[in-house]
Amino acid sequence: MPFWFELIVSFFLLGGGAFILLGSFGLVRLPDFYTRLHAPTKATTLGMWGLLVGALLLSSWNSGMLNPHHLLIAVFLLLTTPVSSYILAKSALHHRLDWGTQTRGQEQAKRYMDDH
Amino acid sequence: MRTWLPLPHTSLLLLVVWLLLNQTLAPGHLLLGSVLALLIPLLTMRLRNPQPSIKRPIKALLYLFLVLWDILVANMQVARLMLRPRLQLRPAFVEVPLDITQGFPITVLASTISLTPGTVSADVSADQSRLLLHVLDLEDEAQLIATIKRRYEARLREIFEC
Repeated sequence: MPFWFELIVSFFLLGGGAFILLGSFGLVRLPDFYTRLHAPTKATTLGMWGLLVGALLLSSWNSGMLNPHHLLIAVFLLLTTPVSSYILAKSALHHRLDWGTQTRGQEQAKRYMDDH
Repeated sequence: MRTWLPLPHTSLLLLVVWLLLNQTLAPGHLLLGSVLALLIPLLTMRLRNPQPSIKRPIKALLYLFLVLWDILVANMQVARLMLRPRLQLRPAFVEVPLDITQGFPITVLASTISLTPGTVSADVSADQSRLLLHVLDLEDEAQLIATIKRRYEARLREIFEC
């Protein structure tokens, strides 16, 4: 495997890893449940895509043909990440989970707690 | 024909995913995949509630690229916010009135909002006329709502023609 190809693969692997690390960092750093939801929702999508592109390149090079599994995982992630974050946010609301005091629009959110 | 192949797109999608997962074009898998692609829609037909279909496939594809680009921007933005030495956030709940009506388009809009910069959708009102978002760093509520309606909802209305 030539050096330039290894460079490209490591760019995607490290870039993806960096975004996932940032997402986890956000989990630690952000103040309440609702803000914490943002970091992993966005970071896992792009971070995992980075890892998947890296893995796709590497395994396709090694096997000599395009390896479609990784693309399927990427598509499934795109479809499922927003759904799980939505369900987490919705159940947090229904469990009346606290939010940071400086959060605006609290009245609007409260109306949804008893909705359906 | 109608009764044997009620959902041609779903059947095709199932077959393609089956072949990709098994990474093969062997006749055995083609046969097994085809049988599944025919059977699964027939069995699950009754569970579906009818949803508007994509009327403008090219616009839908362009929309996908727009969202992919926005996902990139969203990640840069989250990264920038996370790495600031002092966290300066203006979190807020925002209600967006919806012009689109049916379940599937609303789902696509809510998912888009969750993946794009600064916003996560949190709930839909019981009558499906409003969407509740949580915003990480809100600058101007009216502007955010206008952006969402113009950038995403207007395009989805065209795609689904609803």
